Amino acid sequence: MMKPVTLAVHGLRKTIRGKEIIRGVSFALHEGEVFGFLGPNGAGKTTTIRMLVGLIRPTSGTVMIGGYDLHREFTEAIRQIGCIVENPEMYPYLTGWENLEHFARMMPGIGADRIMEVAKLVGLEQRIHDRVSTYSLGMRQRLGIAQALLGKPKVLILDEPTNGLDPAGIREMRAFIRFLAETEGLSVLVSSHLLSEIQLMCDRVAIMAKGRLLAVDTVERLLNEQARVVWKADPLDRAQVLLAEETEVLRADEEGIITPYEPAKLAAWNAKLVRAGVAVAHIEPRLPTLEDLFIELTGGETIE
Amino acid sequence: MSKLVYNEMLKIVRKKRLWVIAAIVAVLVALFTYAQYRETEELRKRLGTTDWRTQLQQQIVDLQNRLQSPSMSEEWRKYLQIRLKQQQYYLEHNVNPSAPGAPTFMRTFIENAIDLFLPLLVMVVAADLVSSEASAGTIKLLLVRPVKRWKVLLSKYIALLLSVSFIMLTTAVLSYAISGLVFGYGGFHLPLLTGFVPQGEDLNTDNVHMIPQWKYILMELGLAAFVSTVVGTLTLMLSVLFRSTAAVMGVMLAALISGAILSNMVSSWQSAKYLFMVNLRLTDYLKGAAPPIEGMTLGFSMTVLAVWGLMSLAVAFVVFARRDVY
Repeated sequence: MMKPVTLAVHGLRKTIRGKEIIRGVSFALHEGEVFGFLGPNGAGKTTTIRMLVGLIRPTSGTVMIGGYDLHREFTEAIRQIGCIVENPEMYPYLTGWENLEHFARMMPGIGADRIMEVAKLVGLEQRIHDRVSTYSLGMRQRLGIAQALLGKPKVLILDEPTNGLDPAGIREMRAFIRFLAETEGLSVLVSSHLLSEIQLMCDRVAIMAKGRLLAVDTVERLLNEQARVVWKADPLDRAQVLLAEETEVLRADEEGIITPYEPAKLAAWNAKLVRAGVAVAHIEPRLPTLEDLFIELTGGETIE
Repeated sequence: MSKLVYNEMLKIVRKKRLWVIAAIVAVLVALFTYAQYRETEELRKRLGTTDWRTQLQQQIVDLQNRLQSPSMSEEWRKYLQIRLKQQQYYLEHNVNPSAPGAPTFMRTFIENAIDLFLPLLVMVVAADLVSSEASAGTIKLLLVRPVKRWKVLLSKYIALLLSVSFIMLTTAVLSYAISGLVFGYGGFHLPLLTGFVPQGEDLNTDNVHMIPQWKYILMELGLAAFVSTVVGTLTLMLSVLFRSTAAVMGVMLAALISGAILSNMVSSWQSAKYLFMVNLRLTDYLKGAAPPIEGMTLGFSMTVLAVWGLMSLAVAFVVFARRDVY
């Protein structure tokens, strides 16, 4: 049972000076999910995100946010969204509090209590009255999230949210994003060029390259399709012959024998090997990294 | 809307723009006051201790004699009569016309500041209104709010107009207060002549009349505010068009300075009068100084400026509302 759709993108295209940058992007976000937007630098992630928040006007296609058309009902639609596009640039000569106040004045019904609430939520209440110019990058990132959450959005869009954070900061950010989706019920769209990033925090993922979405699916399913089993046994060549009778042997080298992952049949295959006197030392189901996936989908193009 | 304007004013104030402007005005006024003081001292030394009253009386007698002459045109006679009244006022009210008080200083300061100095101050505020947000990236956070883009720009424009008012007020108050320390604070009722209409080589004096200095200063302030508003609007448009504040400053400065230079050399290039920068010295029309190009009048110059201002405002709003933000 799918949760209700909060953000629906249909047939989004953008042509700049005769060159088609975004070539028909469609996807939907559901309540309470973290949606990953994965692609190499220059794939069009940021351009797409800018179109989602009204900074860039699409050449064609529609963006519906909470049931409102972004183009025709801008103010109603944009009210449902909180975002950080690229770096969270704030006014450095104002304090964190004043920055939040500044943006709160642009939204109806957001008062000092809400500002305090989001400041606490991102753990910035100690330094909130200091000037932003004295903040570390991590604190700025958190202030950026605070301003995105200010208007109680249904959809949160974070462009490379872990950029420039240290490992502890990255882990913290990941936990925070999961918390927002699971506890607060937000739809979170996270873009990244880092596979591990997306793999660790997203429910679903869209893979983007050259202005197109190559695949949109749950992280698990995308991974399972490509799952493999690594066998180590002695004698190895005997094992390979026996396994080839049952399934496809994808590769056999010093790493072991690699076959597709079929959980239901694994035990039977193993029994067959054992019966034939092969000493099975190691059976390891292995999920592919998204990197493998990406190479598969783009036909050999690598990320970065 | 008032909240948006508050935001914009907050940013201008917190960037310390208005303080910088007030400080510049204060320093310059002090500088000019001292220069003016030295000059008056020099003048007094050179002229000796001659009583200015005797001089004035001499001039009045002179004027009266010339008015006796029958072979004089009617307009000229009228003009001389007005001059006579002015001189008599000085004498009756015990005012030395060559010793300026603070209001006179203020008046000449505005006249000299209208085409370069005041526009420069306005640029300090206007140049980075939009371009700084674009180059710092804060424009992205500003435009993803439930506020239409034209409203965002309008709030910036209103903040600019408020700043122009602040600049005019600061200039007026500081030039009066600081120069008054040296020259005294009196002189608001000094009669001044206005209404000259330059016609070719001649000066048409048909409409010349006397007005008290305070009225004259108010008129000048009004004209200066008009010029500053137009220059501010032009700067705002450039600020929308360019991401770099330096580029905005550069283009605007080049235009203003070229205006000052062109004014001295375009008397035979007729169509140059449609350039906004040769039309900035509006206060010259009050004084009756010859315009840079024949046929230019106060009305003409104000129309040219207004058209430039309105067009750049339109460009600024259209571009700002439609542009893709990267």
